[in-house]
Formats: sequence, C-alpha cells, structure tokens
Amino acid sequence: MADELKRFTQTLGESLRERGVSRRGFLKFCTATASMMALPPSMVPAVAAALEQARRPSVIWLSFQECTGCTESLTRSHSPTVESLIFDHISLDYHHTLQAAAGEAAEAAREAAMQENEGKYLVVVDGSIPLANPGFSTIAGVSNLQMLEETVAGAAAVIAVGTCAAFGGLPHAKPNPTGAVAVSDIVHNKPVVNVSGCPPIPTVITGVLAHFLTFGALPELDALGRPMVFFGQSIHDRCYRRPFYDKGLFAESFDDEGARKGWCLYRLGCKGPMTYNACATTKWNQGTSWPVESGHGCLGCSEPNFWDTGGFYNALSIPESDITRSVGVLAAAGVAVGAAAGVLHRSKRANAAAKHEKVTIDDLDKTS
Amino acid sequence: MQKLQDIAVRVEATDGLPLNHANATPIMHEILHALRKLVAQGEPTTIDLQAIPFGPGDEDDLLDLLGSGEIIVELNSLGSSIIRESAYSGVWIVDHRNADDQRIALHIEIAQVPMIIQSQSEDMADALHRLEDQLNLNRTEIAGPRPE
Repeated sequence: MADELKRFTQTLGESLRERGVSRRGFLKFCTATASMMALPPSMVPAVAAALEQARRPSVIWLSFQECTGCTESLTRSHSPTVESLIFDHISLDYHHTLQAAAGEAAEAAREAAMQENEGKYLVVVDGSIPLANPGFSTIAGVSNLQMLEETVAGAAAVIAVGTCAAFGGLPHAKPNPTGAVAVSDIVHNKPVVNVSGCPPIPTVITGVLAHFLTFGALPELDALGRPMVFFGQSIHDRCYRRPFYDKGLFAESFDDEGARKGWCLYRLGCKGPMTYNACATTKWNQGTSWPVESGHGCLGCSEPNFWDTGGFYNALSIPESDITRSVGVLAAAGVAVGAAAGVLHRSKRANAAAKHEKVTIDDLDKTS
Repeated sequence: MQKLQDIAVRVEATDGLPLNHANATPIMHEILHALRKLVAQGEPTTIDLQAIPFGPGDEDDLLDLLGSGEIIVELNSLGSSIIRESAYSGVWIVDHRNADDQRIALHIEIAQVPMIIQSQSEDMADALHRLEDQLNLNRTEIAGPRPE
C-alpha cells in the first residue's frame, strides 16, 4: 500500500532516479519527449524542469463505436520507448481493451478514478457515439452517450483520439445508420482536443498526453480542435515530393515513369493539399516511411468526412479541368498554386460528398 | 524476431538520378549559419532532424556530406546513444536510440561539446557522496537541489 501511495505521490524525476536513471538519461528522455511533442530542441531545459516536477495524472480511456485500430496504433508503437515511459507516468485507470478487470470490477475502477481525481483526470475517447438508438453500442449495459456524459462531468479535459471520436469517422459515413456523432458534438463544457487520423500517429497521441503531463495544460489547437504542433501544416506543404508538384511533374499511374521517379501523386488521388497531419515528418513504423514515401497518395484520414469525399483515387484530386492550365500561370508561386488547388478541391469535395460517389476497381486504373 | 529495419527494402534510383531529394543542401546551409554563430558569439544551436520532411536518401546524403571527425562517444542510458563529431569541428551528430536500438531522436548539435556529454551537476553531487561513503569520509554539504 505504501509503495502504491508512493507511486502516486512521486514526481516523474524522483521515479526515474529511483529506477537508476541518471540525469543524463533523464535529459535524453526529455530530448526525445520534446522531439515527440514537436517542440524545438531549445525547449529541452524547460521540458526537463517541468517533467522533473510532473505527477501522474489519472487517465480514463473510453472506447465506443471503433475498430480498436487507435489502441493498436498506440500499443504497437516501438516499445520500450519514450511512449512507454510516458505511459509509466500516467495512471491509466480504465481501458476496457487493455485492463485485466471486467464487468463490475472494471466499472468500479472507472468510478473510483473519477471520484478520487475529481476535476483533474483526463478522458481519452476513441470511437464515435451512436445517437439513433442507444442500444447500438453499450458497455456493461450503459449506453455510450450516458457513459461519456457521466465520465466527462468531472474531467479536466477530453482527448478525442482517432477520426471516429474527433469527427464521427467511418461510422458517420453516409448513410450513417447508427446516427454516429463526434465527442465534440456532445461535450460542450470541457476542453476537447481532437487527435484525428485513422488511426492517429502513435507519437501524436502520446505527444498530447506528454504535453499535459509536462505543462499541466493542453496544447494550442487549430480551428478543428487539433493540436497545432502536429496539425498546423498540410501534408502537401511538408511533403518531400512537393518540388515535383511545383515543377508540374506528376505520376499518372502507379507504374509509370513518374511513379518510379517518385514524382508527385496528386493526380493519383493524393489528398495531401487538404489534409493536415504530421505524417510527412513523424512518419510511421518507427520513422521508417509513410504512405507517400511508399508510393501511395494520402487518403486524408485526419480530415472530417474523408470517407465521403468521392473516392481515394479520383474525385477530388483528379480535377475535371486541367489543373496546370487553370492555375499553371502561377506555377512560380508554389504556395499560391496549392491555395488555388485547395479552392478547386473544396468545391469538388462538396460535390462529391453530395453525390456520394463510389470507387470501382476500374477507377484504380484511371488517369487524368 | 526480425526488426523492421532489418528487412532489406530500399528505394532504387532510376536513370542514373541521385537517390535523394536534394533536401540535404538547405540543412547544410542552416548548419553553416549556426556554425558562424557559434564561432562569432559562442552560441550553440540544435537542429531536430525528425522535424525535417526528408525523402528517401536525404538523411544518408546529409550524413555523408557531414562526414566523420575525430570523436565518437557512446552513452548508455535508456538505450544507447551515439554522439559523433562530424568532419566539421563543432558540428555533432547526436543519435539517440532506445533499448531496442530504435531511433528516438536525431539531432545535429552545433556546439563545443554536446550538452548530453557534459557531466550533470546532479550526477556529480551523487558521485561525490558515493566516493566519500566509500572512503568513509564525512559528506560534503552541497548547495542547491540534489538527489536524495
């Protein structure tokens, strides 16, 4: 009991020292944490000072209408790592996929964490919430809506992990049979951070948790409630293939000369220009690669309604008009081209969404 | 179990083109500016390469351009870290790995000595007390915060 109590009252610095981690090791931990939070290296001393004093926050993780891909993303990330160390320093008091307890014991753990940490705990949600019929998704006989409202009432903040929780995601795709909505459609009186992606990048999930652990506050958010440090720039603007776009060099099919030379995948359906996420820099699988580097366009999975934007391989990114003719006169100003293309695509996206276009196998072979 | 990085998948250059996306040169210029600042004002700079949108081949190209200097230091704490001076004195490559040898941070540090190599005051205070204990001497009072 005393050990358990100590575990909760120790600061992160004390806990690491007790485990034999030197100050150098702690600085290394802080360096990797700052990098994970997308903070500049000059912030490492500030991160070290804050983490030295950080105490374990309680986290309650609720899974609603979801595929568990978000939890898979997180738990399949490299281990043991900074992420796992961060997880050693939060108190994950409820996660019905990961916890050993089940049934009443599991629900009792959630209620106890809520009571003991009133006003201070974080709620992480993955999955959307069905409103058409509460019976579509329940946990221990409690509807998702009721559990969310009850759990969020005493929380410090809510982190909506994955596009389902952030924007409704796949369950929200037309015709939305369950009446799925996002967390932010229900929670209005608490700060909600959207960590979108299908799934989100694991280091982005832990980056947000680390930010709360480090600074005791949530990071700055964009208009869609996503952390600016990770979602502040479009995939297109951070893409290493961007110079090819600016030069008008495009792959026209997945096996042509352009594809082999690594040219821009814009005409093959890449949603990079309208997608905001950190894939281009953070990458996936321990920084090994990311979709565009593997030769496939971005699907736009961190944006609202990405399932209903008219097909991953055509609709939005293969404009009916000739993009180079429409905006080609601005070719010297790459950013302007991107902005013009963005406008074109927004209108096409609205059309596609309205028509609910479907992708066929033939579409995969289409070129512009 | 085979690690992801052990799988021999690599992008090959076509038609004699170099296998990189020319992103190393701008970073070399950034390093140049940082080195000028270090030489003129003694002000160090750190560049986080994980924040740079490199394409295939860019990182190898940059590390080739930086070359190898006289010093390689290995730090063993929470996994191994290799701190290597480049062919340009004052320009260091700091490669932090976890216990599974997976990279957790890659920095270019432009400094006389990278911060992580320097002995830390908390570790030195702890070392002083351990040494005094070993020699059965009274512990020296140390001003400021130190480990328990």
